[in-house]
Amino acid sequence: MTQTKTPVPALRLSGLEKSFGPMKIIRGIDLDIPAGERHAVIGPNGAGKSTLFHLISGHYQPSGGSVRLHGDDITGIPPQLIARRGLSRSFQVTNLFPQLTVWENVRCATLWALGHKYSFWRNVERLADARQRTEEILREINLIERWNMPAGVLAYAEQRALEIGLAIASNANTLLLDEPMAGMSHGETEHMVELIRKVSENRTLLMIEHDMGVVFDLADRISVLVYGEVIASDTPERIKANASVQQAYLGTEVA
Amino acid sequence: MSQKTDMKIPALPSDKRSSFLARFGIWIVAAIVLAGLPYVFSSGLAVSTMCMMGTMIIFALSYNMLLGQTGLLSFGHAVFFGLGGFLTAWAMNAVAGTSSPVPLFLFPIMGGFTGLVFGIIFGAVSTKRSGTAFAMITLGIAELVSSSALILRHFFGGEEGITLDRTDMVQVLGLSFGPQIQVYYLIAVWCLISVAAMYAITCTPFGRICNAVRDNPERVRFIGYNTQTVRFMAFSLSGLFAGIGGGLAAINFEIMNSAQMGVGESGAVILMTYIGGIGNFAGPIIGAIVVTYLQLMLSDVTDVWQLYFGLLFIGMVMYAPRGLAGLLALQQPLLQTRQLHHVAPYYILALLPGLVAISGLSMVIEMTYQLAVKTAAGPAMVFFYIPFNANSPLPWIIAVILFAVGTWLFLRAARLAGDAYSQALAWRKLP
Repeated sequence: MTQTKTPVPALRLSGLEKSFGPMKIIRGIDLDIPAGERHAVIGPNGAGKSTLFHLISGHYQPSGGSVRLHGDDITGIPPQLIARRGLSRSFQVTNLFPQLTVWENVRCATLWALGHKYSFWRNVERLADARQRTEEILREINLIERWNMPAGVLAYAEQRALEIGLAIASNANTLLLDEPMAGMSHGETEHMVELIRKVSENRTLLMIEHDMGVVFDLADRISVLVYGEVIASDTPERIKANASVQQAYLGTEVA
Repeated sequence: MSQKTDMKIPALPSDKRSSFLARFGIWIVAAIVLAGLPYVFSSGLAVSTMCMMGTMIIFALSYNMLLGQTGLLSFGHAVFFGLGGFLTAWAMNAVAGTSSPVPLFLFPIMGGFTGLVFGIIFGAVSTKRSGTAFAMITLGIAELVSSSALILRHFFGGEEGITLDRTDMVQVLGLSFGPQIQVYYLIAVWCLISVAAMYAITCTPFGRICNAVRDNPERVRFIGYNTQTVRFMAFSLSGLFAGIGGGLAAINFEIMNSAQMGVGESGAVILMTYIGGIGNFAGPIIGAIVVTYLQLMLSDVTDVWQLYFGLLFIGMVMYAPRGLAGLLALQQPLLQTRQLHHVAPYYILALLPGLVAISGLSMVIEMTYQLAVKTAAGPAMVFFYIPFNANSPLPWIIAVILFAVGTWLFLRAARLAGDAYSQALAWRKLP
C-alpha cells in the first residue's frame, strides 16, 4: 500500500455511542480510518460490531458522538443520503432483491450514482452507462453467466458475491462489509478473499470478519471491539502480540 | 475473464434501439384487436360490457402499480377512480350548454388530473408509512371520502348521484357519442394510451426501483433511494390513471354515484387484480376482463353472485397465488417445447370433476338461499333447468354427493396433472 495519507481520514468516529433503553451497546468509540486502508473489526459475539456498522451507515441513529465521512458530518442522517455520499455497505444476512434478476439487482444499485434517480420518462434498457457499469460489475464479481436468473434462486456463495456487487455498483469510495465470508466453505472463502482484495483497491474498506485467517491476510489494520469499546487498534502483527487482546478474545480462536 | 467463459453466457441485454416491429408490434396488434372487437361481438350488451371492461382494465392496472409493482396494499384505490369520475361529471356539466369548444374525448384528462391531485394529497399522508400502517391509512382515507360524500351532498349528489349528458358537448368530426359504439372507441383509445403509458413506466429507472422497493425496501435505502419518495410517486401516478378510468366510467354510464368510490369498489379492484395475477403486467388486464364478465353473467343467474366471487378469490389466493396470468405463464415452457398436448388432457381430466364439485356446492348455496331468503317463493326451485323441491332430502343428498365425489376426483386428477406437468418439464431438460 502506498502511504498517500491525507490529513482528513475517510471515516472518523468520535465518541460514538448507542443505547437501546438501559443497554449501552456502543460505549464511546473513537476511530480514524485513513483513505485507502483495509480495516477489519473483530470481536466476540455481541460485542456490537453489526450495531457499529448500522450506526455508520445510517440504519440506526447514534445516541451520542459523531460520524464523519471525508470530514463531513453524517451523524444520524438517513441511509440514502449517506449512500449518495459514497459510503456503501453489505449485510451480514443476505439482503438482495430476490425476485429481480441478477442483472436487475446490480443495475438498480448503479442508477442513482449515474444520475438517473427517479426518472420515469427514460427507458431503462437504453441507458448505455447503466448497462456498461452493470456488465463490468457482473464480470468483476464473476456472476455474468447468471445475469438473467432471479437473485433468490442463486447458490448461497453467489448471493454473497452479488451482495458485494450491490455494494460496489454505485462506485462508492468507502465500503462496509459485514461478515462477507459467513457460512462459506473453505474454497468459497478463498474466492471471496480474492474478490474483496480486488474490489477494495482504490477504496477504503471496513469489514467485520470472524475468520482470523482472512482478517490477518486482508487487513492493513485491525480494531478489536469488546463490549462496545475498541480495546486495541493496530497492525495485524501487533494485534496478535497484544496481551489484552489475547486475553479478551484471541486466546481461544487462534492456534 | 477469458473468451472461454463468455461462451456460456446467455446473450446480454443491449442498449440499442430495437426494431420498430419489436417495439410497437404488440401495440399495433392490440389496436387492431380493439378496433375489430365490436365487429365480432356486435350486440348492444356485448359492446357495453366491453366498455365496462375497458375502464376496469385501466383501473386494475393502475392498482397494480401499487400492489404488484411496488408492493403496496391499498384499500382505498376507488377513491381516485370515483373522484376522477365526479370531477369529470362536474366539468362536463359546467361546459354543457355553453359554447366552450372542449370535445368529449378530452374530458378523461380532467379525471386523470383529479386523480393525480388527490393522489398527491392523500399520498403525502399515506406513503409516510409502509406495510400494514400504509394499508390502514388507505382504509381510513376510503372511509373519509365515503363519509364526505354523505356530508357534501350537493357535490356528490346524495343517493341519486350526479348525472351528465355526454352528447351535450361540442361535436368534432360529427361524433355525437350518443351511440354506445362511439363510446366504445373513445374508451378503447384511452385504454390503449393508458395501458401503453403504464407499461412504459415499468420500463424506466423509477419502475425498476419500484420493483426493488417491493422486494426489499430496507435495502433500497442503502443504494441511495428514498423509499418514501418512491412510494409517494407510485401512489400519485396510480391515482392519475385510476382517475382516467373514473372519468371514462362517468362518460360511459352518464352517472356517478358515491358507491363507486366506496370501500366495496376498492375491494373489487383488489379482487380483479389478484385474480388476474399481480406478478405479471398482463395479469390485471385478464383479471378486469374475466371479473367484469363474471360479474355481469353471474348477477344475471344468481342473487348471491358475490358469494361465488368470495369463493373464487379464496380459491385463487390459496391454490394459484400468481393468478390467471401466472397459470398461463406456467404453460409457456410447455408451449416452447411443444409438450402442452401431453399435459392438456390432464387439465381437462381435472376440470370435469372440478365442475361437478362446483355444481354440488352451488346447489347447496342456491337451495339454502331459496329456503332462507326467498321464502315467499316456496321450496319449489329450478337449478340447471331441473325443477325440484328444496325441502325434500333427495336434492340435498345429491348435492353433497356431487360435491364430495367431485372434490375427491378433482384432487386426484389435479395430482395427476401436476405429475404430468413436471414430467413434461423434466423431458425438456434432457439433452
